Amino acid sequence: MKILTGNDLARGDVTWWTGSGWSRHVEDAVDVAETGEGIAHAEEGARRVNAPYVIDATATPEGPRPAHIKDRVRALGPTVRLDLTLKPADPTAGSWVI
Amino acid sequence: MYKYDEYDHSIVASRVEEFRDQVTRRLAGQITEDQFKPLRLMNGLYLQLHAYMLRVAVPYGTLDSRQMRMLAHIARKYDRDYGHFTTRQNIQYNWIKLEDAPDILADLATVEMHAIQTSGNCIRNISSDQFAGAAADEITDPRPWAELLRQWSTFHPEFSYLPRKFKIAVIAADEDRAAMRLHDIGIQIVEQDGVLGAKVFVGGGMGRTPMIAPEIKGFVPIEDLLSYLEACLRVYNRYGRRDNMYKARIKILVHEIGADSYRSQVETEFLEVKKLGLDPPRAEFDRIAAHFADPAFETGMSDDLDRSDPDFAVWLDQNTAAHKTPGYAIVNISLKPVGGIPGDATSAQIDLMADLAERHSFDELRVTHSQNIVLPHVKKADLYAIWQQLADAGLAEANIDLISDIIACPGLDYCSLANARSIPVAQKIATRFSDLGRQRELGELKLKISGCINACGHHHAGHIGILGVDKKGVENYQLSLGGSGAEDVSLAKITGPGFSEDGIVDAVEKATDVYLAQRAEGERFLDTYRRIGMEPFKEAIYG
Ligand code: HEM
Ligand code: SF4
Repeated sequence: MKILTGNDLARGDVTWWTGSGWSRHVEDAVDVAETGEGIAHAEEGARRVNAPYVIDATATPEGPRPAHIKDRVRALGPTVRLDLTLKPADPTAGSWVI
Repeated sequence: MYKYDEYDHSIVASRVEEFRDQVTRRLAGQITEDQFKPLRLMNGLYLQLHAYMLRVAVPYGTLDSRQMRMLAHIARKYDRDYGHFTTRQNIQYNWIKLEDAPDILADLATVEMHAIQTSGNCIRNISSDQFAGAAADEITDPRPWAELLRQWSTFHPEFSYLPRKFKIAVIAADEDRAAMRLHDIGIQIVEQDGVLGAKVFVGGGMGRTPMIAPEIKGFVPIEDLLSYLEACLRVYNRYGRRDNMYKARIKILVHEIGADSYRSQVETEFLEVKKLGLDPPRAEFDRIAAHFADPAFETGMSDDLDRSDPDFAVWLDQNTAAHKTPGYAIVNISLKPVGGIPGDATSAQIDLMADLAERHSFDELRVTHSQNIVLPHVKKADLYAIWQQLADAGLAEANIDLISDIIACPGLDYCSLANARSIPVAQKIATRFSDLGRQRELGELKLKISGCINACGHHHAGHIGILGVDKKGVENYQLSLGGSGAEDVSLAKITGPGFSEDGIVDAVEKATDVYLAQRAEGERFLDTYRRIGMEPFKEAIYG
């Protein structure tokens, strides 16, 4: 599958396209198939996202997982500071990242 | 400590307001990201892996407790309670919101700090020896010259759009604590027959094509220094490759045309530049230098110390350095606790270091090129109390210049250019060697890790260097040996095929085993490597 990601313009947070808006959680990302570039362009124009790009991902029962390690790190947060990730209380949160 | 004059204040203040307006327009959609990006980069604001990142300059690494406390305040109020000290005497904040950036710059301006020229193809923060003004071995304080260069290079109209970014380091001792010859221009202030001058090295750097700067001039009379540098940069600005980013650094120009040809063009240009009268009159230099006058050191103080606490004694031996004044010492504060993130400090730690500087070091701190902090002027009588407070705050790791005092770039945990993570590798190596006795047995060993070929972590200049690469989507680590960023400068050589994350830790350990087995009396790891060469290491590592 292909998913769309970027950073929130004002806050800088990593965000994922949900089909109707943006979420901090990669689990909410939807398959954009061939429509990603168009959505990226429109959303960037509407100032909701910065530097959007389409990436390859794999669908899993827990939700989409980016194909490349860089985007998996983006999806969770730094692998060396769990307290700074999206799931600070879950020590197993990063099991799919590396 | 240099204090801004009215010009400095007004240019920094007006830049903050200009940027505030630019951010407002960006958030309102009046300018596109393509238009905005160069503007934010001019103010040190990058878009990184997780958020915006702000890089703040600490000119020549010197700051006072007020400035240090402001760095803590920014970490606490606008970031996630920590900052990351880098190898070029900057601090980086990893979790900045665009909407906050103007307020942060305004806060910084209240303590005479900013992020101007921390990005872009201009002359970046001028770096220097972190022991400047305190070191027992320096011939003069290099910082007045570094400050002069700061004033010359800030908003220099001709050098705002160079072919590529440009980095200058200034030292004034034979021991090179600033990796001077791995800069675009390295300057060593020297004395000849009682006259001050500068040795000028041009064309060093790391990156994908590391080079050691050749000496371009053995002695530039100090009153000609600015004109000479102006000439060096003009030649580069004229001939540097603007067509190919990878060949745009001055090191490529000097290498391609040769040091002799570059030198002769600089000499010709210098004759023209000298007529312009750029060099400041002596009185202006003296005005600047007066800001760096020695603090009121007490005289007649004893060098005796109570070394009965063994942990304290180890810290003394490892983390303090000789001061030029009897009864004083230079204190290195390690930001490399075993298992920690090299260069990171929490806002509470930053505040504590500010407090210690205020109480015990004439209000001065330094940021080092190995991502540590220095209290430059500490009374020996205060050392025990300082050590105890540092220990309580997790800042008393006695590992300066040992194998766990690792320089590591942020790598794939934070950097959008990275191919592999650096920090976990640093953590694993430091943990493997966590026994301090073992580290001290190994002695001086500079280990440096980068997460991509840009070489922010200086792996080319490590006694042991590690470079993370991407091998079919998997992190892979190349080992290299024999580099040095010090006065015995050299570039490391790669040992062979790379390793996994755990494999690289084993490989490092095997390399240290070869050293322990082969070393001669008094040899450091680097000396043994230079004497016996790569082969014994390769045999042990690849077997
Ligand atoms: C995460 C943010 C960072 C980014 C995006 C970044 C980017 C870069 C890039 C693109 C280069 C290569 C320049 C060239 O072509 O020569 C470079 C070099 C370098 N960076 Fe960074 N860097 C970052 C963080 C750091 C940090 C944290 C440090 C200090 C630990 C650092 C210190 C350096 C140094 C010393 C060099 C080598 C300069 C030379 O060529 O001589 N950078 N950086
Ligand atoms: S060396 Fe590469 S990965 Fe590391 S900080 Fe520099 S640009 Fe990023």
